[in-house]
Amino acid sequence: MNPLLRRCWPLAALAALALLPWIPGVPSKLVLQLKDILIFSILALGLNVVVGYTGLLNLGIAAFFGIGAYLTGILTVSTFPFQTGFWPALVVATVGTGLAGVLLATPTLRLRGDYLAIVTLGFGEVIKFAIKNLENITGGSKALNPIPDPSLPGFSGPWGEKGYFYLALLILGAVLLLLRNLERSRLGRMWMAIREDELAAACMGMNAATVKLSAFAIGSALAGLAGSLYAVSLDQTGDPSSYTFNRSITVLCFLIIGGMGNLKGAVVGTFVLMGYDNILTPWIDGRLQAAGSKVQFGDFKLIVFGLALIAMMRFRPEGIFPSRRIHDTTEPCVGVE
Amino acid sequence: MIFLQQVINGLTTGMLFALVAIGYTMVYGIIELINFAHGDLFMLGSFYALTVITGLQGMGVSAAGLLAALPVVFLLSMAFCALLNVGVDFLVYKPLRRAPKLTPLVSAIGVSFVFMGIGQVWKGVYDLHFPDLLPNTNLLGEGASLRFTGKDLAVFLVTVPLMLGLSVFVRTTRLGKAMRATAQNPVAAQLMGINVNLVIGATFVIGGALAGAASVIYGLSVNTVSFQMGYQNGLYAFTAAVLGGIGNLPGAMLGGIVIGLIRSLGSQYVGEQWTSALVFAILILILVFRPSGLLGARTREKV
Repeated sequence: MNPLLRRCWPLAALAALALLPWIPGVPSKLVLQLKDILIFSILALGLNVVVGYTGLLNLGIAAFFGIGAYLTGILTVSTFPFQTGFWPALVVATVGTGLAGVLLATPTLRLRGDYLAIVTLGFGEVIKFAIKNLENITGGSKALNPIPDPSLPGFSGPWGEKGYFYLALLILGAVLLLLRNLERSRLGRMWMAIREDELAAACMGMNAATVKLSAFAIGSALAGLAGSLYAVSLDQTGDPSSYTFNRSITVLCFLIIGGMGNLKGAVVGTFVLMGYDNILTPWIDGRLQAAGSKVQFGDFKLIVFGLALIAMMRFRPEGIFPSRRIHDTTEPCVGVE
Repeated sequence: MIFLQQVINGLTTGMLFALVAIGYTMVYGIIELINFAHGDLFMLGSFYALTVITGLQGMGVSAAGLLAALPVVFLLSMAFCALLNVGVDFLVYKPLRRAPKLTPLVSAIGVSFVFMGIGQVWKGVYDLHFPDLLPNTNLLGEGASLRFTGKDLAVFLVTVPLMLGLSVFVRTTRLGKAMRATAQNPVAAQLMGINVNLVIGATFVIGGALAGAASVIYGLSVNTVSFQMGYQNGLYAFTAAVLGGIGNLPGAMLGGIVIGLIRSLGSQYVGEQWTSALVFAILILILVFRPSGLLGARTREKV
């Protein structure tokens, strides 16, 4: 690929995506699904800051996604006295979730790699049950609703799937821009230094704890932002089961398929996996049904996905787009020549 | 009295978690892999046992005959899980021994998805009834204020000997010694002439067999199985392993019992719907103050 093309194709892809809803014959359901994919791309980018850049395995990202969604719900629905409207809620959800990330990370950052993963997993489970059980606040399985549409000067009327699609696309673009700059900044390089070798980085005078904390804060804040968008685009906080360990693992798989520590990788991984799950599988099933087959591909999609993950780890563990900066020097656990 | 009753219940479920937790902790101790598929292996084990038992019922075997055949069911299910576990190790994890740590971890997540998918295709998505073969009568006499049922006794009769046997095995046999050596330092163990691959294989066999035994006794005492049970029980068992200090056998047993007790006492005194949150909150607290778990050695990260 020539250099100009290589630099520009992500932009071109985003532009093509922006035009998609105007192509005649594109079903509105597809736009709705693409809107979700865009929102989950933001979530994947948030996780990428923690896992991809800084190398801290976080298995509880869905909890931060949920905190963002419920903060938005609490600040906007009519059953609570706040009713700030969406824009202030978006800001509060982002900042508040970032703070929650700091709150979790502060006491736990001294834990060894795997133990940190387990603490984030445990935190995710605690938040899951808190959402389910604190019915006075979260509405339990009834969810918080309705979350009003965001107000825009000079525009009234329902946002619809197109409106939220563009809102998500716009915010995703902004997040990509922010992260692209952050990745090359002093902070971004410190994250990667910690990932490659924490001891060496500390010897260079970095305060490993603060650097990790900043990664946690920014990663969680992005997850909260995604959660806030998700809630407003559904008009409600949704089913509490959207914020469980399963989601955390799925988002981690987006990163792994796409390529860790890499903006393109996170977004492409999200498109590939969610496309498989939400668009390709129903399409195949539709075809099978039309052909009169009793077998549903949907029954086998988990097996296919698992096998794909295993094959990927065997033959291309660095993902579709390997990050140019990762040089893993971790010693293998059993390694004798 | 209520307190004692909950202690009995907690110990019973705790022993089950402990048996599954041993599979997590042994694998982690030797190859530092969080084997996410272990819970789903447990689920497949109970599905297999269910198939065997319904097959026997289909052949017209009476309830008493089934009860007599239970040891065979146990052995079959243990062999099934052991073979499956070691097969997965051979096909999936073995080629990745020299890869960075995240690679086998993600493969294990993949295996877990495959297992769950197989369970879904095999038995469908709904809860299934597991035949109620064990007597549910109170062994302390009907009308006694404490209940210790035949099912509870069966759980102890299965789990305690297995755990004792494993402890003796690891402490006294040649292979057990090789396992401990490999866990401590695989390279040095290999230099001493230990066949590390054989040791790893044996670890997967033992962990799988224990999960198989746990899955049958779980089915017999809880009587409901579903393709998702591996996820929740696996999470508890894994938490138990971490709580006790992952890589540490007595730790896994202690962790399982502690989690069983937290669950039963929590459901009595805090509220049923909060027990799971309580388990994980306590896990976080313990890890914050004792980062290597209750019995884990205070290791420093190798540089």
